[in-house]
Amino acid sequence: MKTQNTDHKIFKVNRRDFLKKSALGAGGLLLGVQLGCNSKPKLLTGDPAAVLSPNVYISIDGTGEVTLIAHRSEMGTGIRTSLPLVMADEMEADWNRVKVVQAVNDVKYGDQNTDGSYSVRMFYPQLRKAGATVRRMLEQAAAREWGVDVSECKAVNHEVVNSSGDVFGYGYLAEKAGDLPIPEESEITLKSPDDFKYITKKTSIYDLEDIVTGKAVFGFDTNPAGAKVAVIKRNPEAGAGVQTFNPDEAVKVPGVQKVFKIDAPGFPTGFEKPLGGIVVVADNTWAALKGREALEITWAKGVNADYNSVDYLAYMQKQAGKDGNVKREQGQIKTALNNTSKLIESDYLVPHFSHSPMETPCAVAHYKEDGSCELWAPVQDPQWVGRAVASVLGLEEDKVTVNVTLLGGAFGRKSKPEFAVEAAFISKEYGGPIKLLWTRDDDIRSSFYHFLCAQHMKVGIDSDNKVNAWLHRSVFPPIGGSADPNAKEASNFELCMGVLDMPYAIENICCETNEAPARIRIGWLRSVGNINHAFAIGSMLDQVAEARGIDPIDNALELIGDDRQIDFESLVDGFWNYNEKVEDFPWNTARFKNVINTVREKSDWGKDLPAGSGMGFAAHRSFLTYVACVVEVEVDDQNNIKIPMVHYAVDCGVPVNPERIKAQFEGGAAFGASLALKSEITVKDGAVEQENFHDYLVARITDAPYETAVHIIDSNENPTGVGEPPVPPFIPALCNAIYKATGKRVTQLPVRLG
Amino acid sequence: MAKYQLKVNNKDIEIEAMPDTPLLWVLRDNLGLTGTKYGCGIALCGSCTVHVDGVPMRSCSLAISTLENKSILTIEGVGEKELHPVQKAWMAEDVPQCGFCQSGQIMSAIALLEENPNPSDDDIDAAMEGNICRCGTYVRIRRAIKRAAKNDAI
Repeated sequence: MKTQNTDHKIFKVNRRDFLKKSALGAGGLLLGVQLGCNSKPKLLTGDPAAVLSPNVYISIDGTGEVTLIAHRSEMGTGIRTSLPLVMADEMEADWNRVKVVQAVNDVKYGDQNTDGSYSVRMFYPQLRKAGATVRRMLEQAAAREWGVDVSECKAVNHEVVNSSGDVFGYGYLAEKAGDLPIPEESEITLKSPDDFKYITKKTSIYDLEDIVTGKAVFGFDTNPAGAKVAVIKRNPEAGAGVQTFNPDEAVKVPGVQKVFKIDAPGFPTGFEKPLGGIVVVADNTWAALKGREALEITWAKGVNADYNSVDYLAYMQKQAGKDGNVKREQGQIKTALNNTSKLIESDYLVPHFSHSPMETPCAVAHYKEDGSCELWAPVQDPQWVGRAVASVLGLEEDKVTVNVTLLGGAFGRKSKPEFAVEAAFISKEYGGPIKLLWTRDDDIRSSFYHFLCAQHMKVGIDSDNKVNAWLHRSVFPPIGGSADPNAKEASNFELCMGVLDMPYAIENICCETNEAPARIRIGWLRSVGNINHAFAIGSMLDQVAEARGIDPIDNALELIGDDRQIDFESLVDGFWNYNEKVEDFPWNTARFKNVINTVREKSDWGKDLPAGSGMGFAAHRSFLTYVACVVEVEVDDQNNIKIPMVHYAVDCGVPVNPERIKAQFEGGAAFGASLALKSEITVKDGAVEQENFHDYLVARITDAPYETAVHIIDSNENPTGVGEPPVPPFIPALCNAIYKATGKRVTQLPVRLG
Repeated sequence: MAKYQLKVNNKDIEIEAMPDTPLLWVLRDNLGLTGTKYGCGIALCGSCTVHVDGVPMRSCSLAISTLENKSILTIEGVGEKELHPVQKAWMAEDVPQCGFCQSGQIMSAIALLEENPNPSDDDIDAAMEGNICRCGTYVRIRRAIKRAAKNDAI
């Protein structure tokens, strides 16, 4: 999701701005003449130095090689493949002749903040046009060469053919098309979906072979500048500083070059500043780690030295039990709650979580004496990194170049620029290129955590067995609290992720929050507040269905009500629709009911299951994508939980890359299994108690679902993202299944059956 | 610092390192073989899995001084001339998402299949539960192992 704490603009690329021609190499030599089957020469290539580049994302050279820019970061969603595929399809390029190049930070590419599940949503229409524009230019160039009308020329798979069977290859045409004006939008035609070759079809990820052969280069592997290795010992209390330190033993370790202090920023720290601590710079990784171990440090105490997350969650639970600040209100909630026949009341508690991708945060930085800085890093938002490095180091923004490597997972951790800024800062201090590594315990102990959250819900059922009242209070420290001491309460956009956008047609509704200042760095983690809110709502609906004596899916469908587009803007002040206009991406109840009905059918919902097994359901729209989920669970008499089967139904509009959609749902279920069953960050005396995978547990192959079936709705709606949407409904579906299997209702994560 | 002789991917190597340097960092820093990854440093995540004399081991927890004259196989040494059936199966099933854990997963899977050409689900669980994947590619890992076992990938 996009942070609203920084003042960076979301850059929407306008077509005029990004379509521009580049100079051509001098023409001349015809290369690559091939005889066609009827002895007509096929002119396939031109001067190899010629380059056609009508926009910033696409270029073709005289050999026919097509280079496509991947400007969004690759952290496992496949976006480095999916968006180039869109361009390749519209321009009729042969994917086997495409080279994908990762973009550096540059505003000319538009928004590069790979976050919030919006890459395809934002760029699908624009990149289709970009590809279609190039296709048109190649056809126009061919038409001019042949002296025929462009309507007689058709681009097909890296060539343009005419009605007589003549063929020009893209390499040949690259040289010829350079002086053509960029076609007007009215002149280009997007492909009909019937003609898609790659969009909605199956294509393997671009880096597949490199990954399975160990050749893929991640941020952690990058060392282009012969950098020294740096590690930092940070105060366990984020933002607090160093009292004393003694480097004497550290500098004795062979290979250690320098030991120095970085000042701490205090709390809140912001998203850009290094946490501070003691830096060890060494010739190699082991020397750096040993040097760090040999440091003697006493830490200062800061404002959060007394933070105890277990106590705080209990406090927040009390706060959630009190009348709060109303953010959405319909009808008369207090009257309604006094007129119920049955009142279902529950508190739902969720702890802090850590993203902990397999590749820990890391960055290579080379600060140069001319006041420029080049970085190589696995970052989700290279433009923010560029601005942050410039800001913290006092450089001109255009002097900071961020090369984006492959990311070994992220889940939101690597959208915060601070670890890249650390590397740049150390490079400047040291006077040479630096490779900064975070160890796993750094990652777990010094992160930006998913906010812990206490929710209180009261749902009333009247004497006609209808749901007549819905009260939902969610209390949590906001993301903004990491940067702004005055941000003490859940913000509007955070509450619009699951609380304020609740779609159920209930007459009396009240959604509230209460203050809970941040006592540790809070960040956004894959699906953000939707995790907590879907857990509460999905569980509560299951409880309501049971109280009403009806099937949970029937209950949900009934409560959703008629087919309609919900006018949230009239219901919620400043309604946040994931940065999109409501008219472009309305809350469509028909689409929501459709995924629910689909998952019901595909999962064989209601089938007989043996004792100790159960099926649970939940559905949730997040990041504009509609998802319904059924989880099947087996719980043995030792309370060991196995998940033999998960069914998802997803409506994400046009399914641009279905194989990657399936993968995101398979992976999202496993990620949800970690959050529901295993993971918990606790803080005591200001310090995170966990430090590695022995005490911060995550799902392994034995914990994750055994099989996951993903049913993608066939749709022509504007595509929306799938990186985050799988997570929120999985957790309540799992917990509802556990209830069915054991009779134990889960209202706190991680699940502990006793 | 001391000098050590070992065999890495069938090549005789001599390196210089502190005796307690984990093999992981010798491979990555001394030899530039970055296919083997760091994930936790304490043998809990499997990202650093290599074969030592044919046995799958966590290289983050093997001191170089204990490996004199041993034969080490890393992901770079697998399928040098032709992709290994496990690598082919991995590609046929489109297993990787981010890819960071996959070297370790593949090394563990190869070791499993070398010892047990037709593993059951329980065998797969036991062999692979030491390898964490945060992207959650587990369903496809299992499918790829079974595919390689059936030799579909060859």
